[in-house]
Amino acid sequence: MRKVTAFNIIALVSGVAFLYLPIVILVIYSFNASRLVAVWGGWSTQWYAELARDSAILDAAFISLRVAFVSASAATLLGTLAAVALVRFGRFRGRLPFASMIYAPLVMPEVITGLSMLLLFVAVAIDRGFWTVVIAHTTMAMCFVTVIVQSRLVDFDMNLEEAAMDLGAPPLRTFLTVTLPLILPAIAAAWMLAFALSLDDLVIASFTTGPGAVTLPIRIYSEVRLGVKPEINAVCTVFVAVVGVAVLAASLLAKLTGARGTAVR
Amino acid sequence: MNAQPKRSLAQKLVVAVPYAWLVAFFLVPFLIVFKISFSLSAIALPPYTPVLDITAGWRGIEDFLAGLSLDNYRLLGSDPLYLFSYGKSLEIAALSTLMLLVAGFPIAYAISRTPRRVQAVLVVLVVLPFWTSFLIRIYAWMNILQHDGLLNRLLLALHIVREPPIWLATDTAIYIGIVYSYLPFMVLPLYAVLEKLDESLLEAAADLGCSRWKTFWLVTLPLSAPGVLAGVLLCFIPIVGEFVIPNLLGGSRAPMIGQTIWNEFFGNKDWPAASAVAVVLVCLLVTPIVVFQHQAMRNVDRG
Repeated sequence: MRKVTAFNIIALVSGVAFLYLPIVILVIYSFNASRLVAVWGGWSTQWYAELARDSAILDAAFISLRVAFVSASAATLLGTLAAVALVRFGRFRGRLPFASMIYAPLVMPEVITGLSMLLLFVAVAIDRGFWTVVIAHTTMAMCFVTVIVQSRLVDFDMNLEEAAMDLGAPPLRTFLTVTLPLILPAIAAAWMLAFALSLDDLVIASFTTGPGAVTLPIRIYSEVRLGVKPEINAVCTVFVAVVGVAVLAASLLAKLTGARGTAVR
Repeated sequence: MNAQPKRSLAQKLVVAVPYAWLVAFFLVPFLIVFKISFSLSAIALPPYTPVLDITAGWRGIEDFLAGLSLDNYRLLGSDPLYLFSYGKSLEIAALSTLMLLVAGFPIAYAISRTPRRVQAVLVVLVVLPFWTSFLIRIYAWMNILQHDGLLNRLLLALHIVREPPIWLATDTAIYIGIVYSYLPFMVLPLYAVLEKLDESLLEAAADLGCSRWKTFWLVTLPLSAPGVLAGVLLCFIPIVGEFVIPNLLGGSRAPMIGQTIWNEFFGNKDWPAASAVAVVLVCLLVTPIVVFQHQAMRNVDRG
């Protein structure tokens, strides 16, 4: 019997309120007519109009989207391969260091990852810019991809693969026609997470970026460091709206296709 | 699966490609940080010396080795700023992880006690803020915590305080920001174990005369230990090196170690010192990271 007690309801309501109130307030204040962020001056969309004219922010957003798209795709490919290797290949030689390199970046403080990446790029004398940020984000995100995909592979019903092989399908064909379609929801969730991680990252991008590759978080950070600004509230609202719609659409899609919830765990 | 000693080329590539990527972009950069932490700061490009010149052959390697020094580590030991910074980071990480556990456990527990359908919705609700930008969520708190922000106006309106207290640039603001940002990382692993908790064990404890609290201490908590460990590590390790939260919500006078690395690097342009600070930080975190890896691997190998 699952009982819902008053204590549980209080925990849930206050937890959800704590998570959402700051974002709701941010969204409301992005429609504030007053320039003083603390004073409510009535409803207005002027900050959105200002935002639409701010080419520095728009350029940064475009760069961020491109970085996120390329690095999420590369990270999904590499991370899925790593997950297959970890789950399916048993105890191959060098598995322990391999697994260590997968799990360490998950918790490694970003300043260290960023610093080490930058020193590598300097050591091999690569010009920093778009591609160095992509490489850094790919490396960071692929480990998250591996964790998500491998949790799906661990639950995977091996009988399906064995059946395909018994019926004469070679391993690669089995993987492509049986395994891959079944783990596709997890791969899609992993790609989205990698995309979101890249779009969100400030620290690693700050270390590895160069001229001409100012990402949106770097841009926002340089504005925000000096204090709260209504235009930034508007940028953030747009960002939250896009992410919110995307995640809701994805979870609805997952529900409609009958896929099990494979969101971040 | 283990019974096939020979692997096809395709299978070898499946391991080799991500392996090579991680060696090139995770392991090697680390070794470079280690190396540069023994170098000296220089006004040059790159701004450190010595630079290993392999083209000069054995002579180049000798020159390189002779140029290495422990000066950066001596600096870390002698300047109280660094020791203070490490101490503060560990303290904030430990305390805020404890707060996260205390705040996260009731939420995770409550989610796991609701009907299945509701659980799925609640998990999405907890995860959703995690998908919106980290930076934006911290910025949202800057809105609330500023001097004439909503929190102070609320406190004044309710006559709780006479003078608006200062929130921004204090450690309190850092704690608020950390607990807020990391809450999903604590709730999800806790939920994952609590959801599998066998209800009949709790009923058995109750039947045998345990009070609610006693059941919690003797049954629920021990059984959720793996989730507690996962949540604690998932929060504690990155919080120690946190940069964005203390930089935007905390003060600049007492930096956490992530800020110190950032300042050495971008402010003082002292790359060797920044590297040495990073190496010591990794050494501090090596034990929790290894425990975390061990835990994560066990989860995979169990399947």
